[in-house]
Amino acid sequence: MSGVDGAALAVLALLFLLVTGMGFWATRWRRPTSMESLDEWGLGGRSFGTWITWFLLGGDLYTAYTFVAVPAAMFAAGAVSGFFAVPYTIVLYPIIFVFMARLWSVSHRHGYVTTADFVRGRFGSRGLSLAVAVTGFLATMPYIALQLVGIQAVLEVIGLGGGSNVLAKDAPLFIAFALLAAYTYSSGLRAPAVIAFVKDTLIYLVIIVAIVYLPTKVGGWDHIFSAAQEKMAKPNAVDGKPTGAFVPGAQAHWAYATLGLGSALALFMYPHSVTASLSAKSRNTIRRNASILPAYSFVLGLLALLGWVAIAAGTKPIGLDGKPNAQLVIPQLFEDSFPSWFAGIAFAAIAIGALVPAAIMSIAAANTFTRNIYKEWIRPHATVQEEARVSKVVSLVVKAFALVFVLVLDKQNAINFQLLGGIWILQTFPAVVLGLYTRWLHRWALVAGWAVGMVYGTWEAWNVANPRGGVEHFGGSLAQIPVIGQMGYIAMTAFVLNLLVAVVGTLVLRATRTPAGEDETIRGDYFADEGDPRVQKVLQPLHQEAPNP
Amino acid sequence: MSATEIGDDGPRGEVVDHDTVPPANKGLLAVAGVLLLVPVVALLWVGSYSRVEPRLWGFPFFIWYQFLWVFLCSAMTYTAYRIVLVARPHRPMTETTDERTEGRS
Repeated sequence: MSGVDGAALAVLALLFLLVTGMGFWATRWRRPTSMESLDEWGLGGRSFGTWITWFLLGGDLYTAYTFVAVPAAMFAAGAVSGFFAVPYTIVLYPIIFVFMARLWSVSHRHGYVTTADFVRGRFGSRGLSLAVAVTGFLATMPYIALQLVGIQAVLEVIGLGGGSNVLAKDAPLFIAFALLAAYTYSSGLRAPAVIAFVKDTLIYLVIIVAIVYLPTKVGGWDHIFSAAQEKMAKPNAVDGKPTGAFVPGAQAHWAYATLGLGSALALFMYPHSVTASLSAKSRNTIRRNASILPAYSFVLGLLALLGWVAIAAGTKPIGLDGKPNAQLVIPQLFEDSFPSWFAGIAFAAIAIGALVPAAIMSIAAANTFTRNIYKEWIRPHATVQEEARVSKVVSLVVKAFALVFVLVLDKQNAINFQLLGGIWILQTFPAVVLGLYTRWLHRWALVAGWAVGMVYGTWEAWNVANPRGGVEHFGGSLAQIPVIGQMGYIAMTAFVLNLLVAVVGTLVLRATRTPAGEDETIRGDYFADEGDPRVQKVLQPLHQEAPNP
Repeated sequence: MSATEIGDDGPRGEVVDHDTVPPANKGLLAVAGVLLLVPVVALLWVGSYSRVEPRLWGFPFFIWYQFLWVFLCSAMTYTAYRIVLVARPHRPMTETTDERTEGRS
């Protein structure tokens, strides 16, 4: 780690400039008559076909942080905390196949841009809608910050960012994010849609080359797996238990399954997943994508295995501060084993891989703020143009906040909040997804369930200590499941509790005849497709005459 | 993409009530449902695959079995998609529904 790798940096900078140009050019791509609406700026005109959606969703869901963190977990802790990403991203698609088409249809009919829009329309509840919106916003913020951590990992391995001068140290990251903010501001969702082509192509190229070339270099797959098995079996210096799992043992089955299922249920509750899905032009675009998106899951699985390749290769991920940092393992493996120019391409794949999700997340968070907080609570009569203006500005604010978050605070904070975000976002599932099928659940029971899930999940996550990492709180996402007695994903336990409260609460509220809200949707709305007319709404805030208790 | 034999109107100009679920072949929907459920159950049943043997080209069973499911799941989801298209043809919507909706709010 001495000095800067010039060739790699040059290739990285070149590719970065290319996508910056494309980001600004995207304003003209499928040029709309006016960019001044959330449908255009925030959802790309709701016009993307199967392949654009495939690139966009692939670029959106499989983030740079995923590319850095999954192999890092495989490298440091083994299969349970690393490889669960594979079943997670497989079971994800049958699940979204079932409900995303309905969400697309009802959003198409009523012009919904966020899940909170839908919840408000379906349950006629501003309170429940606010809960969903705030949860989505809070869960997205640390996710954006973590994309920066992905870029930082690359810059650190290249040799940038080591100086003691704070300004010079963070200048590359700052410039990268300022450019991203600028073209997202002008092009909206069209920018990440265009850049996603480059990102995904680079990722596929790099992973395939790596998975073919690296194993021959380190002694073949047999050697790789035996090296991993050996490392995972070795007792840890702190607690004397094995370092990690080569294959999950019987005591880790619940953990593995709940991590996979919980993460899969949660992913499409995030605003950025919803934004990319609603930008599709028809309901079947989403369903077709459910069957072709697993291509990315395959690549993610290969990438996870690179964490074990790094074990066999003897990769030493040491940060510029001289401390070991598992997060650097993949960039370091590339730096050690590839010629400089190809390492540069690999780094660009990760760095550009951070820009696509960061752009979509900031757009999604901005849309959520504009629709469900600004328009709902501050300026009910905001015009379509005003919505777009507010959203564009908020997308800048959100990115600035993420930048400050990562530069000023320890990045462990971003990781902790991301962990919490996953737990939190799953608590919106009953209102959103069950709401797509039934109005049986009462709006206030859903609010109560959400609140219980949030508090329980946060409390449990706070209580997780990790002696190996020397932390007393937020040490991981697993805790003992009450009743079952096995370790499991906290989000899932909180989710079950949330559902129980919602069901019991509904029974009580129905028995006491507490009024349910108005439903502005009809059954046919959930099956609408492109070409079906949009409902023309009288623009009036709900419940003017009858405020919620 | 969608079979449009079912028109906007029923027999003799009778208007379709769009506050109903469009008609579907329940049997076919159930088949699609099973196709979607199988991968989920298979992967959540961790005990069925958390072992090292038999290996395939050096890959532990645990690893290659899950990779195999990427392809199986994709194929099953695509099959379910084709089935659903047949099972519930799209029923186009008309402006008539708008009055209903507005009347409710």
